[in-house]
Parts: sequence; structure tokens; C-alpha cells
Amino acid sequence: MSVSHGILSLLEERPQHGYGLREQFEAATGGTWPLNVGQVYTTLGRLERDGMVEPDGATDAHGRNAYRITDDGRAQLGRWYAEPIARDGSAREELVAKVALAVANPAVDARRVIHVQRAETMRAMQVLTQRKRVASQAGDVAQRLVLDSQLFHAEAEVRWLDHCIAQIPEAPTMPTEGTT
Amino acid sequence: MTDSILDLRAVTREHGTGDALVQALRGVDLQLAPGELVAVMGPSGSGKSTLLNIAGGLDAPTSGSVRLAGTEIVGMSATALAALRRTSVGYVFQDYNLVPTLSAVENVALPLELDGVGWRDARRQGLEALDRIGLLEVADRFPDEMSGGQRQRVAIARALVGPRQLVLADEPTGALDTTTGEFVLTQLRDACDAGAAALLVTHEARYAAWADRIVYLQDGLELATQGAV
Ligand SMILES: Nc1ncnc2c1ncn2[C@@H]1O[C@H](COP(=O)(O)OP(=O)(O)OP(=O)(O)O)[C@@H](O)[C@H]1O
Ligand SMILES: [Mg+2]
Repeated sequence: MSVSHGILSLLEERPQHGYGLREQFEAATGGTWPLNVGQVYTTLGRLERDGMVEPDGATDAHGRNAYRITDDGRAQLGRWYAEPIARDGSAREELVAKVALAVANPAVDARRVIHVQRAETMRAMQVLTQRKRVASQAGDVAQRLVLDSQLFHAEAEVRWLDHCIAQIPEAPTMPTEGTT
Repeated sequence: MTDSILDLRAVTREHGTGDALVQALRGVDLQLAPGELVAVMGPSGSGKSTLLNIAGGLDAPTSGSVRLAGTEIVGMSATALAALRRTSVGYVFQDYNLVPTLSAVENVALPLELDGVGWRDARRQGLEALDRIGLLEVADRFPDEMSGGQRQRVAIARALVGPRQLVLADEPTGALDTTTGEFVLTQLRDACDAGAAALLVTHEARYAAWADRIVYLQDGLELATQGAV
């Protein structure tokens, strides 16, 4: 997730200081990417160095500096929105590797590994769905859609896990005694 | 638990005998309290529909006990069972089962009429139920004049009309896009928030996630229950 592009997007609307940016970033992304103020100011510093933002000159009642987006920042932001992001699935890859290793390892009950993961992903989906109901009732479309995206990803994971369960042969029943 | 709307104990269901014996359910326990929405998941053939049919008194278990609103229904006379079903249970079947010779509103009003509500009042309640699901415009159309998704929503309206204590829904979101499917879940959830209990069979995780509990069946056995969050 690109924090800098998120900040540029918020600054495109109006100049703001770091605290306000942090709050808005969290609100806009449904709390999906919690940021601390330190990260926001570090990012603003980097963006200022690269000429994407500049101090607005105005300070608020607490003496905090507001920033505004520059033309270069606007162009950069335009490219970000124009291009698809490469899918980075590090957590997903770990799960895939884990299941593959479990299936390959005769000492591991792969079905159990999968059912444990399935239950966990379903639990996460129940939580996301509850949050989505709250967002829907509050009329918060942006947050709803962020949660929907997470739900679609989790759903894909459950479907894949169900597929795995169906493909793995049943755990062998008690080995028969005195087999030849 | 005595205040369960539905209470299944050690329920088994066998079909056939000898080599052809199928154990559709092999000892399932399940309790539903008022306000609870429980999802049933599991592979095809794991016994989900069987469980639902037994819960609603449409099929009898081979052994075990089924209590509906405190009353044991195993061994109950057919007429007494039919009366209990009509007044307490709403069904949405896997193939939605609308009566082809009745219009949408007549289909929705049918359970009320069967239960002795006058046709005028039944029709009014039927129209209200259709309005709630946004289908007032198909009220006077027959099932073969509606889309698959519309038929399915009419079936939901029928299951939820009147004072239902238990709603049993077998894949009610089958032919629906995700927005309409979620709408159906909202309706089920609202019915539960109003005090009903619902059992929802689905193989789609996104709909199961609306439930308070998720039961996973495999080969007629409850493999795992994902509890309340
Ligand atoms: N009347 C019957 N005679 C023989 N076997 C039956 C009968 N009805 C159901 N079965 C068997 O009982 C098992 C459970 O069936 P059930 O319909 O409950 O499965 P399900 O979980 O609902 O599957 P699906 O997801 O495909 O709808 C299956 O093996 C099925 O073939
Ligand atoms: Mg079925």
C-alpha cells in the first residue's frame, strides 16, 4: 500500500497538516491501514524533498504547518490512478506454501491444517460483515466498499481452501494390522 | 436449553439398506435460539438439505429427537405437524417451489390464507412483503413471467410473511448477483433481529459470514462449528 499516494490524493482536495491527513487517511480506507503521525510526517518530508508537496505557508491555531500538492505531485498521482497495481500477496503466498507443504508432508494432517485456516478466515469474514452492516447503516459507502474488497479476497481464500479439501484424499483410516 | 426454537439431538437419517445404505446424517446436535442466524456449510452430499428438511418436519429422522418451539415433532400426526409447520416455519427451497398457477402476491399470501387469514388481509400483507423486497411491480405476474432472481426473492418474501419463528433457507442466494444476494441476507438478518431463528444452507462464504454461527457438515457429521464473534 502506497501511503504517499494516499496522502497526495487527500492533498489534492485541499491543503492539510499531518494530523488531519492521518485521520482522513484512516477514515477513507476504513481503518485498513492504520498510520501513526510519525509515518505521515516522514512521508510528507520525503514528498517535499521530491517536490510533490510544499508547505502552504499557513499555520493553524496550534502552529502546525499545512502542506499542499504541487503540479509534479498531481502528475504523479494521475499516473498512480491510471496504472493497475501489481498484486502483492505475501500473506497469500505464505498460506499457499503452508498448505502445499502440509500436503507433501505425510506427518501432517493437511485437512486439519486447512480446516483450521478455513475457520479462521470465516471468523474474519464474520467480523468484516458485521463492520460492513454498521457502515451500511451509517451510509458510509467508501468504508463499505473497502470492507467488500477484503471480503471478496477472503471469500476467494475460502473457495480455494474448499477446493483443497475436496482434492486431498481422505486421511487414511487406521492402518490394518499385519498388512503384507 | 429449553428456550430453543429448534432443538435437534443425536439426529440420524439413513436411506436404503445393506449395500445401498446411505447415512445422510450420522448423529447431529443443533440448537437455535430466538434471534440466531446459523449457516450450514459443507460439500455436496454432506447432508445439508437433509438436515434442513428434518428441522422443518418435511422429513423424519431415522433416530433422534427434533423439538420445534418446545414440541417434539418426531412421531407427531401428519395433520398436527402440518399445522405447526404452517404457523411457525417459513421455507425457501433449493428450487424455490412457487406455485405456477398463482401470481407472485398470491404465492406470498398462500401461507397466510392456509392459516385462515382472510384473502383481503392476506393479499395486503403479501403486497407489503413484496414491497419490502422491492418487487411490488411483479405482484400480479405468474412465476413463468418473472426472472429467476425475481422468483427467488418472491420465495423469500413468502418464507418471511406472517409471524415466522423459524426460517429455513436452502441456498436462497443461488441465482442472485451479490447485491441482491446480500439483500436477501439483510432480510433474513432482520427477521432474526425481530426474534425469529433462521437456518441457512449455503456454500458461499460471503453469505455464511452473516451468520452468528457456522456449522460445517461432512459426510453427515458436524465437523466444526465456528462460534459467535
Ligand atoms: N431419498 C434418498 N434416497 C437415497 N439417498 C438419498 C436420498 N436423499 C438424499 N440422499 C443422500 O443423502 C446424502 C445427503 O444428501 P443431501 O441432499 O442432504 O446433501 P446436501 O448436503 O444438501 O448436498 P448439495 O450441496 O448437493 O445440495 C447424499 O449422499 C444423498 O445422495
Ligand atoms: Mg442440498
